[in-house]
Amino acid sequence: MRVIHTILLCCALGWSGIASANLADSVYEYRLDNGLKIIVKVDRRAPVAVSQIWYRVGASYETTGNTGLSHMLEHMMFKGTEKHGPGEFSRLMSENGASENAFTGVDYTSYFQQLESSRLALSFELEADRMRNLNLLQEEFDKEQQVVLEERRNRTDDDPMSAFSERFRATAYVNSPYRNPIIGWQTDIEQLTLADLTQWYQQWYAPNNATLVVVGDVDPEQVYELAKHYFGVLKPSPVTVLKPRPEVPQLGTKRLQVKLPAKLPVLKMGYKVPSLATAKPEDRWETYALEILAEVLDGDDSARLSKHLIRGEELAVSAGAGYDITARLTTLFSFSGIPAEGHTVAELEHAFYTEIEQLKATPVTPEELTRIKNQLRANEVYESDSMFYQGMRIGMMETIGLEWELLDAYLDNISAVTPEQIQAVAQKYLRDEYLTVGVLEPLPLPQTASVNPADHMVTE
Amino acid sequence: MKFLSLSFLVCLAWSQLAHAVPEIEHWTTENGVRVYFVPAPDLPMVDIEVTFAAGSVRDEAASGLAAITLYLLNEGTPKHDADAIAEQFANLGARFSVETGREMATVKLRSLTEDNLLSAAVDLFTEVLTRPSFEAPALERLRQQTLAGLNYKQQQPSEIASETFSHLVFADHPYANDPEGSIETVTAFTREQVQAFHQRYYVAPNAQIALVGALTREQAEALTQKIASQLPDGEAAAPVPPVPELAEPKRVHIAFPSTQTHILIGQTGMTRDDEDYFPLYVGNQVLGGSGFASELMHEVREERGLAYSAYSYISARKRKGAFVAGAQTRNDQTETALSVMLEVIKNFIEKGPDEEKLAAIKRNITGGFPLRVDSNSKIVNYLTVIGFYGMPLDHLQKFNKRVDAVTAEMIQSAFQRRIHPDKLVIVTVGGDAQADNKSETAAETPAVNAN
Repeated sequence: MRVIHTILLCCALGWSGIASANLADSVYEYRLDNGLKIIVKVDRRAPVAVSQIWYRVGASYETTGNTGLSHMLEHMMFKGTEKHGPGEFSRLMSENGASENAFTGVDYTSYFQQLESSRLALSFELEADRMRNLNLLQEEFDKEQQVVLEERRNRTDDDPMSAFSERFRATAYVNSPYRNPIIGWQTDIEQLTLADLTQWYQQWYAPNNATLVVVGDVDPEQVYELAKHYFGVLKPSPVTVLKPRPEVPQLGTKRLQVKLPAKLPVLKMGYKVPSLATAKPEDRWETYALEILAEVLDGDDSARLSKHLIRGEELAVSAGAGYDITARLTTLFSFSGIPAEGHTVAELEHAFYTEIEQLKATPVTPEELTRIKNQLRANEVYESDSMFYQGMRIGMMETIGLEWELLDAYLDNISAVTPEQIQAVAQKYLRDEYLTVGVLEPLPLPQTASVNPADHMVTE
Repeated sequence: MKFLSLSFLVCLAWSQLAHAVPEIEHWTTENGVRVYFVPAPDLPMVDIEVTFAAGSVRDEAASGLAAITLYLLNEGTPKHDADAIAEQFANLGARFSVETGREMATVKLRSLTEDNLLSAAVDLFTEVLTRPSFEAPALERLRQQTLAGLNYKQQQPSEIASETFSHLVFADHPYANDPEGSIETVTAFTREQVQAFHQRYYVAPNAQIALVGALTREQAEALTQKIASQLPDGEAAAPVPPVPELAEPKRVHIAFPSTQTHILIGQTGMTRDDEDYFPLYVGNQVLGGSGFASELMHEVREERGLAYSAYSYISARKRKGAFVAGAQTRNDQTETALSVMLEVIKNFIEKGPDEEKLAAIKRNITGGFPLRVDSNSKIVNYLTVIGFYGMPLDHLQKFNKRVDAVTAEMIQSAFQRRIHPDKLVIVTVGGDAQADNKSETAAETPAVNAN
């Protein structure tokens, strides 16, 4: 994203929820001759719409030495076309009361506008224009490169926890592109050129490599006609088939230590696991079981990590687990936590293993499983309150190469998961040979952190 | 052509607007709790927010007391321990959460509207709200968590900057304090203090309820009566004391081992019922409140690439909140960025907004109005704010008209009367690990021409 919000938003959101049980009733799908896929979901609660363009390109498409390309290009997409000069996109959107931005993930780049629904034409006109006619200018690039470097300093370099996470991923993965930060390594960002961006833009920005998702108070047929009018004229491109770069098998536990000026020690653990996209169709149940496993550990306050480690043993001030079922490539089932005062990261690590061993040894109780499924069913309703989120779920599925229809099956597939299956995936995947363990060890901060201004007053 | 012409689109936009604005239903329960309700029949769910005037302004010397009281609510009642509470909410598919701030303490419930689920969720919610047991072990645990949170803030230059800024702008006023407290105060407070705080402030005359969901008026009345009837009688919180004006400029630099320096510039802002509210709000959107459409972002980021974000906002509270302009930049560019920001601010106060930019911002605000109320969660949030600050119930209906009525002269006049460039607080946090607290010359005449 260009402003404030984190580019990792989507990873954080993961896909905790589930689709509306009857998506098929309210979702309309179209495809233009040039390959652009259009998905429309009707939500008439307010006279607004969200329009999202999802490109199948992101940080995991980049190669060594060229990290940060997708994110930098996302920034440059606001810097003008032949028809609309730099800044015009945002100016026109702003004047129409639109709330707009973009975000880059590991597997996608997405641009969105939320606006009064009768103004959708403007959104389509400008998105179609910049899909094929971007005008990449050297002087705009020079400034934006500095902006992105500032973004990196702000987000990563000066934030111990995210600097630690970045190193953790780089250690956990050997050859998978998931080892690289979305924003890119600093030296890569510094050395990106306009030519690199031009090439990247030409390679990936085409109607046949994009999905348009619209959710809101709209008539699907009209949306289709409008899309045909603005996007239909765009020429498709031959889109390169991405060479597969599957992560090599891990050959034993990896450990890393990161020392940074900080106040809090942090523990992270990650096990390599499949995602919905990497699992064979007959093995997809495993990913649904992993999804429930994450809920057993960290669904809410009633989940095991809160109950046992934060409350029960009072070992941790924070403890969590997570799994991203929508990753395009092999991903991590992760644990993270901060030990409570008087406890060590080693104790916390041991406590995580105890939880894991328990999951392997004993199936979760039917009560626990029912509770989780009740929550997921309720989430299904709650998430319908956000049009943006509804669009996002559809777009994410499409960009990892799966059909949005899978969202419909999600609740059924989740409901079908048994205690034995949860136990089976714990036994199969939460094993030492797939594990990476990282510790953020704080170095002392200088004694300037006092916020008493009197200590720091600068005399005029 | 089968596509709608632009002028037609605009008409359509205006005609639809009228339907987009929720009508607020308001009543008072038998024991005096104010209720604000908007029916939303489309989704089978309800959002409930019970708000008390029990934010950190009530902490007195025990900074952080309001927050920990709120966080302890779902840690146990005489009937249910923390595990049982969490499990029951989960079984019901309900979500319990709290939100603390300087003025409000809000307890929230999101539930499905199926009869048996909603009724059980509201019972548990009310129990947690009114009969927390505040047991000592839970207090100790929450104390440790809060201290960890405070430690976390000390490793973030942005947090250090905003803490320092608040202390400089608000001095001895309770708005100066971090709602989470300080290491010293959090270490010190006792269970008796928490109990006393809850008894004093979690009472009917100090409460309001906002709710949005698939309920009829009758159902909403019954439900809010059920919650309110459990709240004891007592007294509303005393008015917050006025915020003193700054007498002189202040500049503080805190050395921190970061690659960027965080810059905050500002002073006191406005009240929620301020007569200058709309001129200041709309004016600030031009100055720094509307992302890429605003002057600060344009000059600092778009023209010079000095920062990822540059912004300003004016927070409105019962008493004056703060006017804040901020940015973060590579350490060696600090003075340049600061100069540009000061120049933009001074220029804006002196000359007022450009007419064209003002017109564009007004179209942005009014055209974007439907987005402010496009979900239940946004509407319930509005209800809480409208109720807490005693704003007129037709605030949303009149919002666009009030925005449209603002002129460049009104903005210029309001900014000139309210924001004084000769009395700005300036905070910078960053530099490097080795740096001592440097003496820097205060930025006088900015060296950079901000156009």
